[in-house]
Amino acid sequence: MADILVYVDHVDGAVRKPTLELLTLARRLGDPVAVALGNGAADTAAALAEHGAVKVLTADAAEFADYLVVPKVEALQAAYDAVSPAAVLVPSSAEGKEIAARLAVRIGSGIITDAIDLEAGDEGPVATQSAFAASFTTKSRVSKGTPVITVKPNSAPVEAAPAAGTVEALAVSFSEKAHGTKVVSRTPRESTGRPELTEAAIVVSGGRGVNGAENFAIIEALADSLGAAVGASRAAVDAGWYPHSNQVGQTGKSVSPQLYIASGISGAIQHRAGMQTSKTIVAINKDAEAPIFDLVDYGVVGDLFDVVPQLTDEVKARKG
Amino acid sequence: MSLRIVVCVKYVPDATGDRKFADDLTVDRDDVDGLLSELDEYAVEQALQIAEEADDAEVTVLTVGPEDAKDALRKALSMGADKAVHVEDDDLHGTDVMGTSLVLAKAIEKTGYDLVIAGMASTDGTMGVLPAILAERLGVPQVTLLSEVKVEDGVVTGRRDGDAASEQLEASLPAVVSVTDQSGEARYPSFKGIMAAKKKPVQSLDLDDLDIDAEEVGLEGAWTAVDSAAERPARTAGTIVKDEGEGGKQLAEFLASQKFI
Ligand SMILES: Cc1cc2nc3c(=O)[nH]c(=O)nc-3n(C[C@H](O)[C@H](O)[C@H](O)COP(=O)(O)OP(=O)(O)OC[C@H]3O[C@@H](n4cnc5c(N)ncnc54)[C@H](O)[C@@H]3O)c2cc1C
Ligand SMILES: Nc1ncnc2c1ncn2[C@@H]1O[C@H](COP(=O)(O)O)[C@@H](O)[C@H]1O
Repeated sequence: MADILVYVDHVDGAVRKPTLELLTLARRLGDPVAVALGNGAADTAAALAEHGAVKVLTADAAEFADYLVVPKVEALQAAYDAVSPAAVLVPSSAEGKEIAARLAVRIGSGIITDAIDLEAGDEGPVATQSAFAASFTTKSRVSKGTPVITVKPNSAPVEAAPAAGTVEALAVSFSEKAHGTKVVSRTPRESTGRPELTEAAIVVSGGRGVNGAENFAIIEALADSLGAAVGASRAAVDAGWYPHSNQVGQTGKSVSPQLYIASGISGAIQHRAGMQTSKTIVAINKDAEAPIFDLVDYGVVGDLFDVVPQLTDEVKARKG
Repeated sequence: MSLRIVVCVKYVPDATGDRKFADDLTVDRDDVDGLLSELDEYAVEQALQIAEEADDAEVTVLTVGPEDAKDALRKALSMGADKAVHVEDDDLHGTDVMGTSLVLAKAIEKTGYDLVIAGMASTDGTMGVLPAILAERLGVPQVTLLSEVKVEDGVVTGRRDGDAASEQLEASLPAVVSVTDQSGEARYPSFKGIMAAKKKPVQSLDLDDLDIDAEEVGLEGAWTAVDSAAERPARTAGTIVKDEGEGGKQLAEFLASQKFI
């Protein structure tokens, strides 16, 4: 079977969930060969092997942390040259998309970004994408070169599929271009202890109706009772009530959880763009005419300051 | 020496309109009004601020798009850009990101540049990869997805707020920058700006002017193919209840019935 190159997103060796989902998709197309770069790269091997990687190519160098994007492109290109894969799959993070796009130019390939599903087809992998704020679903293919495809989180189940996962060191030599953009300093985001927004099974979001930074505590309390991540609309973020890293929508994160709970959010098209593909949608809004109600499986017309705390208490009571 | 800034702006169908695909599965640009992509207004804004800080700078706005894309250029000119370049050619219909980036790169080289500024993503295609591709094609550093940007003594610095960390970046000019909607409100064109824009030069270029073969672009030349596009089925109407004191409990009951609790 053909090899499928899978770019690994990991934090100091801990493989992030979207990469495991990517392995599920890669196995539909061929044998997954994983590429892990940077600090802790070799530590990813066990998790990758367990989910189907036949081989794990690893490289670490100061360049990966000290310079933006290009060193990773050059390493991925080295892996591409070594493996001659039938396709290259990369997680759809902001950085992942940039790495994939530059690789595509270098190897003379077309690129598809933000796929939400992937199947083998007669003329290569067929990607499903959503368009126009998820109001359309398209099927597309890369028609020139080796397909380079980035895939959104929550696009496939994580499946155990033990494989050899043989670790091999990847030799990378960096060009002058790799040193173009220096990372002068880096401030890691503080962990909240809650699940990652894009990976969470449940997302609880608050909007302008939450009416103040301090009131986000009631959104957080509901999220914690459900083990959920917290999201916010741009109106809430622009008002300074919640960090931009939690923004859901066109210019924030796009999420596709099992359950999305919107409180005090009207449902503007740019917000919908980031949450419309959630499996179950629930909203609490005091305006019965709010467009968010067009999307919901269950909606409560009411004041979130009454409904949300009551819901939180009830969840806690039921969970015992 | 003058600082030459080129801003890439896209003309897109209004996101609040009823956007759809045309019969050839390209974006329908006829049925919905177009405008300057809102996310590119942030790029124009940062270009103008950088130009205002520099002793001597010139801001050129550049678009690849149909006849009507001139509207996007006019808007950017009325915000304060100095001149515009419009690449327009019938053979460009259906061009994908690889082709568009090729055309933009050639047009940028022809115009001459020290700094290219783009938006974080177009509001229709929403790929967000074109700036990185431009940097690759032009062979200059990419300093992308900045929520803060500054140019001083031939060096561009900025802050990139990523998933895991916030990074401070630095590169020498020439470079390609993209800015997010966190970079600062875009100005509204003033009446004076709108009047002045009418007299500003708009240069028209076609593929011949850029030495690009028609086969390299357009629907036929695209590196990707869309085989089908289907409207997402409308979500089935859900249950909506009015809170009469038990709304939270009713919602909990629903969540339990769906096995979320
Ligand atoms: C280029 C661009 C990109 C954008 N990107 C994004 C994005 O990524 N994400 C995003 O969210 N937006 C984005 N927006 C903004 C978007 O258009 C909306 O302005 C925004 O989503 C509105 O947020 P909201 O629903 O919280 O606020 P509003 O629209 O003001 O709605 C607040 C809602 O809360 C309800 N409410 C008020 N008080 C209560 C109460 N006590 N109890 C219950 N309900 C209450 C109101 O009835 C109302 O429906 C973008 C806009 C543009 C132009
Ligand atoms: N046809 C175009 N003409 C000019 N600039 C464009 C065009 N398409 C994309 N861009 C620029 O590239 C950015 C990212 O676009 P994209 O990768 O398509 O989401 C946009 O914000 C624009 O600055």
